[in-house]
Amino acid sequence: MTARSGLPKPRGPLSQALVGALRHAQDMPPDALSRAASADPYGDDLQLALNILYELHYQGFDGVGDEHEWDPDLLRLRAALEATFLDALRGDVAQSFPASRVDEALSDLLVEPARDDGTSLSHHLAREGTLGQLREHAALRSIYHLKEADPHAWVIPRLRGRAKAGMVAVEYDEYGAGHADQLHQQLFADLMTDLGLDTSYNHYLDAASAEMLAVVNLMSLLGLHRALRGALVGQFATVEVTSSPGSRRLADAMRRTGAGPAAIRFHDEHVEADAVHEQLMRHEVVGGLLAEEPDLEKDVLFGIGATVLLEDRFSAALLAAWREGRSALREPL
Amino acid sequence: MHAPAERARRVTIDPGGPLVVEGPVEVALDDGSVERSERPTVAVCTCRRSRRYPWCDTSHRRRSRPPGPAADKDGGGGA
Repeated sequence: MTARSGLPKPRGPLSQALVGALRHAQDMPPDALSRAASADPYGDDLQLALNILYELHYQGFDGVGDEHEWDPDLLRLRAALEATFLDALRGDVAQSFPASRVDEALSDLLVEPARDDGTSLSHHLAREGTLGQLREHAALRSIYHLKEADPHAWVIPRLRGRAKAGMVAVEYDEYGAGHADQLHQQLFADLMTDLGLDTSYNHYLDAASAEMLAVVNLMSLLGLHRALRGALVGQFATVEVTSSPGSRRLADAMRRTGAGPAAIRFHDEHVEADAVHEQLMRHEVVGGLLAEEPDLEKDVLFGIGATVLLEDRFSAALLAAWREGRSALREPL
Repeated sequence: MHAPAERARRVTIDPGGPLVVEGPVEVALDDGSVERSERPTVAVCTCRRSRRYPWCDTSHRRRSRPPGPAADKDGGGGA
């Protein structure tokens, strides 16, 4: 098993030009930046191009030279794509998420729905998800979970004091507390093995929907920009606060479908771990950051709102596909 | 790497939620058994509703009538 996957298949002119530049050292076409400015901010072409550019900072791609990570033309393209994505997110979050205080926004996230209102992916999977749906869900989420916690590590040098210590405490747990076999990335690979999926890094990139790429791209975007450190903290806090109850439902789904012990283990671990992470994120990381830098409250709120927006879009796309009897993947498993 | 011996171990109380304490932790239960957690930080259940007792599983959280404000924002993820 190699750490690197090959470049994905292009999904439009931007990703086509980018793959050409990376594979054959072609120049980016002169209209790439204007295309980036006018592209669909949540569409396949922009989201894939952004995902490819971010991947250069993680494991990279087989056959793509490491020097591309800091190529000025590619960084310029990345900035144009990010501006389009970020502008759309800022506009949509302002509409959909009018919260003005972080403590209220997090308190709202701490309230569990007493019953499923039909929009909850984890409720659906717990109640009636099929093994096939659990496999599709895991294949999609693998784009994140095989690099789980990596996008958030970028923020550590941008924090200080309590926020930094709290963030590192959570990340240490995510990275297995010193045990490679307990890395959450590894626990997810073990889950995938139970589900009969390929555990190679980015194996399912071609299959991944634009909605899934947007979820991961948000993390990379916020992690890689110091100016967005408050939003990254809000993003991670949202995931940790909402994860524990959702993980319990997914563990139930894995038990009900007989998915296997590692599949159950991954979600059971997240029930317990994220109950702790929620505490650290709210009190130490968010609390510590805002005590030190109170002006970042609006950025933390943006990170919360953007995460809710993109996770809702992801859930809605899966549930819509399954209700219509379609696969939620671009390519069948 | 080890905390100085004179440093007291801090326990943080989340109102309505768990006790948060540095691990590893052993909890002596009513029936005489002992549960141990090796986590660097441990959340100990105080509401007794946890399905993973004595560890917090967030069962203490308030519930709303649907449509709730937090109807699953995790996309079935976890971190």
